[in-house]
Amino acid sequence: MTAHRKLILTVVAAGLFTLVLVGATAALMLAGEPDENGVGRSAAERVVVLVVLLLLASAFCGWLIVRLHDLYAASPLRMAEEVTATLAHSGLRVGEQGAAELRVLAQAVNQLLALREASENDVAERVREARASLEEERSRLAALMADLSQSVIVCNLDGRVLLYNQRARQELAAGADGGHVDLLGLGRSIYTVFDRALITHALERLQQASQLGETENGQLLGSAQFVTATPAGRLLRAHMSPVLGGDGPHHAQVGGLSITGFVLVLEDVTSSNERHARRDALIQSLIEGGRGPLGSIRAAAEMLSEVADMPAQQRDRFLRVVHDEAAKLSAQFETAASAFSNDLRERWLLEEMRGAELLVVAARRIGERRAGERRALAVKTENVDEDLWLRVDGFGLFQALRYLAWRLQDEYAVREVRLSLTRSAQLAQIDLSWLGTFMNNETAMSWLQDPMSVAGDASPLSVTDVVERCNGDIWFQRERVSHRAFFRTMLPIADAPTDLPRAVIAAAEGERPEFYDFDLFGWSAASHELDDRLLADLSYTVFDTETSGLQPTQGDEIIQIGATRIVNRRLLRHECFDQLVNPQCRLSPQSIEVHGITRELLVGQPTIDVVLPKFHAFCADTVLVGHNAAFDMRFLQLKEEQTGVRFEQPVLDTLLLSAVLHSNQTTHRLEAIAERLGVSVFGRHTALGDAIVTGEVFLKMLPLLAEMGIRTLRQAREASQKTFHARLRY
Amino acid sequence: MNRKILIADDEQNIVISIEFLLRREGFEVLVAGDGEEALAKVRGERPDLVLLDVMMPKMNGFDVCQALRADPDLAGTRILMLTAKGRDTEVSKGLGLGADGYMTKPFSTKELLAEVRKLLGM
Repeated sequence: MTAHRKLILTVVAAGLFTLVLVGATAALMLAGEPDENGVGRSAAERVVVLVVLLLLASAFCGWLIVRLHDLYAASPLRMAEEVTATLAHSGLRVGEQGAAELRVLAQAVNQLLALREASENDVAERVREARASLEEERSRLAALMADLSQSVIVCNLDGRVLLYNQRARQELAAGADGGHVDLLGLGRSIYTVFDRALITHALERLQQASQLGETENGQLLGSAQFVTATPAGRLLRAHMSPVLGGDGPHHAQVGGLSITGFVLVLEDVTSSNERHARRDALIQSLIEGGRGPLGSIRAAAEMLSEVADMPAQQRDRFLRVVHDEAAKLSAQFETAASAFSNDLRERWLLEEMRGAELLVVAARRIGERRAGERRALAVKTENVDEDLWLRVDGFGLFQALRYLAWRLQDEYAVREVRLSLTRSAQLAQIDLSWLGTFMNNETAMSWLQDPMSVAGDASPLSVTDVVERCNGDIWFQRERVSHRAFFRTMLPIADAPTDLPRAVIAAAEGERPEFYDFDLFGWSAASHELDDRLLADLSYTVFDTETSGLQPTQGDEIIQIGATRIVNRRLLRHECFDQLVNPQCRLSPQSIEVHGITRELLVGQPTIDVVLPKFHAFCADTVLVGHNAAFDMRFLQLKEEQTGVRFEQPVLDTLLLSAVLHSNQTTHRLEAIAERLGVSVFGRHTALGDAIVTGEVFLKMLPLLAEMGIRTLRQAREASQKTFHARLRY
Repeated sequence: MNRKILIADDEQNIVISIEFLLRREGFEVLVAGDGEEALAKVRGERPDLVLLDVMMPKMNGFDVCQALRADPDLAGTRILMLTAKGRDTEVSKGLGLGADGYMTKPFSTKELLAEVRKLLGM
């Protein structure tokens, strides 16, 4: 039996009891008939008393019921509501009121709620910690990538770029004509940079290699290599290795895991290839060029030695042959030797080095004790300019200085040399000086020009070779007054190396740096028709052009194109396109007032038929976004025939979208929209500046459009077309 | 009878030795300084053997060899190619074009003599 029913029974019992009392009283009163003495009540009086008593009894019963209901029925219902409310807000507590039993219950509920809140806070804290450490790891990875001297690109299986470093971007940005196009970008296809077949083939080999490895050794993973050329004609060697994940496609499974992407490490092998080719050619020419003369010498020599009865005249002819051919061979040999030494010369890479450091190391090298030498040569450094930077072949210079110093010790018994480094106008001056013994100029000259050979260390190069390789000069000089002599080396001063621009740009809190985006791993290129894709998922190229005037059909031309990209709702300011275009026509004075680009700025800039294909490549696989895009598109379309590129991408126009969002506003100029949406405007009326503002505006519009139910590309295009402005035609 | 040998080589210094060598061995020796002259002399003088250098002015040894083999009248003329390039590909090209033998400079005069005798069936 429930408490509620018990309660009702109790109330009913109490009511009945009261009624019984009232009834009894009434009966008593009715029974009190008036006697002859007139004592007692008339019948009417007794009825009134009865009614009054009845009313009093009913009121008491009513009060009792209301009181009990409040205590035992309404309070629990109120508490139930409060408990329901705590489902949504863990900070709420249940009020402790009502009957004593109910208060005990409320206390128990409150304890439970407190426990739940504590555990929720705990979970939230852990999630925050985990996210922070993940973010930290990501930043660390990005920093590491930025510092690598090799180019690294990570792609998913569709060839979408998920990550790249600064070096990869620099390496791949150089165009065929020395221009600069950013082909590499997050979410872009790697196939705009490398041939699709090349990558596909490498991926196949990768999978094969990985499967082979699996049978031999459970964990072995393959890698593949290929060599390819960049548009600028550089040769790159690419090393490809797989990225494994749990949920990749079926065909790419390796030992339970599947290949979800790949890492490309690129290395520029152009110069080493050229060098190899040159050396091969040298060896080849030496071999083949030597055969003829050797053949003649050998035949002549055999005749001379085998034929005893040769007339003197014939003998002279043979001797002359030997003589001639030997001379030819020598000449050939010399040519090859000098070519080889040139090759050696080029193989040395010059490196930036602090002059002071160079001197310290040189002093240490010179001061090393030689085998068989009683005492090491003393070296002092003096007047060292700490701020000088040099661009030198450090190893060669150490060798040269040591060779000179040790030869002084060997041949002139010099016991101490000094090294100094001073600035002399735009040159650095390194002196290797000593006291006392002088040599004559001829000897000094031969020291500088002989191949260096010190303590078994022989080099085909001379001191002069080494110094010239560093674009410097060296000579011998003496000062009679101070009794000092020195070898003076003059070298060009280099700029102190500045750090390369760091790839990782500090991102606002909660935002990722723009050079990688692992969320792209989930992408699949072919899976969706763009039209039905969510606006938030698409990649965009936001662009703007400056033109020589406003009449595309009457000969006005594009003079500047600026563009930036949006991937995963982030504006990638570092992946931009910014190019002036030589219009080959005159600029209208009004337009110059708008964009400030004068005739002189355009001299030497590429023409539209060079720029547009590059821009087309930059836009590949994205939706175009522009402010008043119809105007810009008109210019682009008029160039289709001339340049051979068609812009068939979907186009969204922020002007039209603004009209969709704020149909009651009178102006949809970019500044006005930016102000309305809280975007700060800078650098307006440069194509890139406008493109960036347009991009920011577009990003602000996306959530507003979503509120209106415009979520897919198709919906956005249809809404745009319906607005009044869509009917404008240029 | 006297066998006739044509030396086709523009390198005078090797021709001197080979000519001397072959004459001493009793052969009749003709000399041509370039490819065209070599072709003309083969047609005019009908030597039994041609020592053909690959690198010659006007017409190189391969072309001469090909022209000789294209002429059925000259089918009996033996061809020994001499070259200063020792690449395997060249050797097989020479033999493919119809040369009967191939020698790479520098060769010993004894080997040359042995090869000449072999080709002439002596």
